[in-house]
Amino acid sequence: MLLHNTYIYIFIMAAVIYLIRVLPLTLIRRDIKSPLIRSFLYYVPYVTLSVMTFPAILTTSDHPIAGLVALIVGVIAAYFRRSLIQVASLCCLSVFIVELFF
Amino acid sequence: MKDKSQNRNWFQKGIQNGIPIALGYFAVSFTLGIAAKNAGLNAFQAALASFTSLASAGEFAGFTLIAALATYAELALTTFIINARYFLMSCAISQKLEKNLPFFHRLLVGFFMTDEIFGLSVSTPGMLNPYYTYGMAAVAAPAWTLGTMLGVLLGNILPARVVIALSAGLYGMFLAIIVPPARSNRVIAGVIVCSMTASYIFTYAPVLAGIATGTRIIILTIAISLFAAIVFPVKES
Repeated sequence: MLLHNTYIYIFIMAAVIYLIRVLPLTLIRRDIKSPLIRSFLYYVPYVTLSVMTFPAILTTSDHPIAGLVALIVGVIAAYFRRSLIQVASLCCLSVFIVELFF
Repeated sequence: MKDKSQNRNWFQKGIQNGIPIALGYFAVSFTLGIAAKNAGLNAFQAALASFTSLASAGEFAGFTLIAALATYAELALTTFIINARYFLMSCAISQKLEKNLPFFHRLLVGFFMTDEIFGLSVSTPGMLNPYYTYGMAAVAAPAWTLGTMLGVLLGNILPARVVIALSAGLYGMFLAIIVPPARSNRVIAGVIVCSMTASYIFTYAPVLAGIATGTRIIILTIAISLFAAIVFPVKES
């Protein structure tokens, strides 16, 4: 399985992430000037995390309603600025409780 | 470094502030471990990936692609796109490091630049003492690694119901990152709604559904972020 070696996958992930994090600290000693690139990078996490969350959250359980409830509960909890661990726990709990009805 | 005792103080303060981060990481990385297991990684590989990458969304996407036997180029490109935000974070941090800070400190601070450690590092008054970052990392990184490993190991032992429920935790974490800024910023709120809608369409619409998950993430991230950047450029403070 030379083409799909898990350790090479892990290395690529780590290397790319590290380069992104370390290059600005070492090579680039000035701010990014382009407003377009700055704005683009500003929006990237929101789009990426949204795309990864929905509709994938609906497939968490065999019953999409469980994921939907978790999504709604999670959005409400996050809206009221609950901590990372609280929002995550509430989503887990939502799925668990809804699943009990099936 | 000016003063050794000052470094020790910052390190201790970092450990203190790093504990809540570590607790959150532990729970979340447990679900990440389940994702890693589903992708076919063993406990050692998952722990190795978590320790070397220290990235939630980035690793999650990575595991998804590994499970799909994506090409190395696909993995590299997706990892790059998803983690691009760290570039800006490190840019901000680079302005907070002493100009004469030794090179190895820059190499080390960069390694630990997670969202949460960045948040606390960047909010210190004045210049950042790297030992503050190291203190947080000293508790947060092991928690992240251990949690991932236990997720792989105990994902098997725990009842299916519990595992299914836990795997929702990661999405909860993502929501905890993206939703609060949307409260006061309608553009971000709009971007989130558009992204989720587009993602739904790309997942289920005929033809579009044929696009691989990783490719879908890249296409939508570039298209929507670029659109938002052009129409709603971020005002510089």
